[in-house]
Amino acid sequence: MTPSPSLDQVWQWLDEVKDPEIPVISLTELGIIRAVRYQDDELVVTVTPTYSGCPATGIINLDIETALRGHGVERLRLERQLSPPWTTDWISPSGRDKLLAYGIVPPIDGTAADGRLLARLDAMATGRNLVMACPRCRSTATEKISQFGSTPCKASYRCTACLEPFDYFKCI
Amino acid sequence: MAQQSRPPSETADVIELLLRTGDNTLVLGHRVSEWCGHSPVLEEDIALANSALDLIGQTQLWLGLAGELEALMNGQARTADQLAYLRDAAQFRNVLLVERPNGDFGQTLMRQFLFDAWHLELLKTLENSTHPRIAEIAAKAIKEVYYHVERSADLVIRLGDGSDESHRRMQAALDDIWSYAGELFVADAYDERLAAAGIAPNPADLKPKWEQTVLRVLSEATLTVPAGTFVHKGGKRGIHTEHLGFILAQMQFLQRAYPGAVW
Repeated sequence: MTPSPSLDQVWQWLDEVKDPEIPVISLTELGIIRAVRYQDDELVVTVTPTYSGCPATGIINLDIETALRGHGVERLRLERQLSPPWTTDWISPSGRDKLLAYGIVPPIDGTAADGRLLARLDAMATGRNLVMACPRCRSTATEKISQFGSTPCKASYRCTACLEPFDYFKCI
Repeated sequence: MAQQSRPPSETADVIELLLRTGDNTLVLGHRVSEWCGHSPVLEEDIALANSALDLIGQTQLWLGLAGELEALMNGQARTADQLAYLRDAAQFRNVLLVERPNGDFGQTLMRQFLFDAWHLELLKTLENSTHPRIAEIAAKAIKEVYYHVERSADLVIRLGDGSDESHRRMQAALDDIWSYAGELFVADAYDERLAAAGIAPNPADLKPKWEQTVLRVLSEATLTVPAGTFVHKGGKRGIHTEHLGFILAQMQFLQRAYPGAVW
């Protein structure tokens, strides 16, 4: 029997598993691996979902299992952890850099919708958007097209300088 | 597990709460998903599909827990899928509001806004539920609902205070759906017991904050709140309009025709 890999080693392997929908950022950079531990001989990986309906969740679990089994882990269990709920604050600095290089503006911390609807109505009524630079030409002449983009975690924006549309990874 | 120390009668009440909450998100999620490929513009098509996806995801958490707790009651666990696909209309506990047909884009948005504003207040309370499993699901779901209510409120205002035609349609939508919103605030014996145990709010207590949001947004949208006070109700007790049967016929067809099919 081969010795069990160290937890550091497991974290390194998990850092090589990419998000299936944004394949430039790893699961650890995304901040969805909450814990890795051994329970008796079994490796337990705790994963938190991004959005409750995110269709990538099943694929992510499969990818984790495939990767770790590929590295020879035989006894493995995945656990789902809901609390505390995932937040974009957990996306690592390197993850943010990779998102931007990929053409997705990373989350601007502290700007998540928070249910204080009435306080935000005035800003909404004037059509003011978050100020963000176009990931291509860096112009800040950008505007929101829709609060939802190609996936629930992104909003659609467009640059009025270079006319390219782009995604914004919105805060949650 | 924490639930095992709770009395069986309370577990039955919690299961009822979970079915009501999960059936609301399931039926509305299905309704909204019917827009996929039919919206007025691509961005709205995507936004509606994403909202539906959030609601269906939340359904999996609510109904998943309901099935888990059922096992404590009678030893037979049902999965969220089994609860969604293998119950008949009378076993569904959603309010009538969410089974209303989509109508035009304005009707869909008005229904969504009235629901979202209520959903937000519900989850704010459930986040602090004495039942930890319920609290953690609510804390997850509310972050998604923050975005739902911003979007639907924004569009209700833009369309209500928009062109003559969009204003006319939004007013007609409000007039059409208003009498279905009241069921969200009708409390029954289940609700009262759950509220006394600190597990869930008494639905009646959610109304003042809901009204505060809704009346302000409708006023910004230059829409007139209908005068009528009649409330259509029954869904929470399993008495539904004919619309639910048509939804289930579509939603459940595959599992009825090919029991246990997986993909």
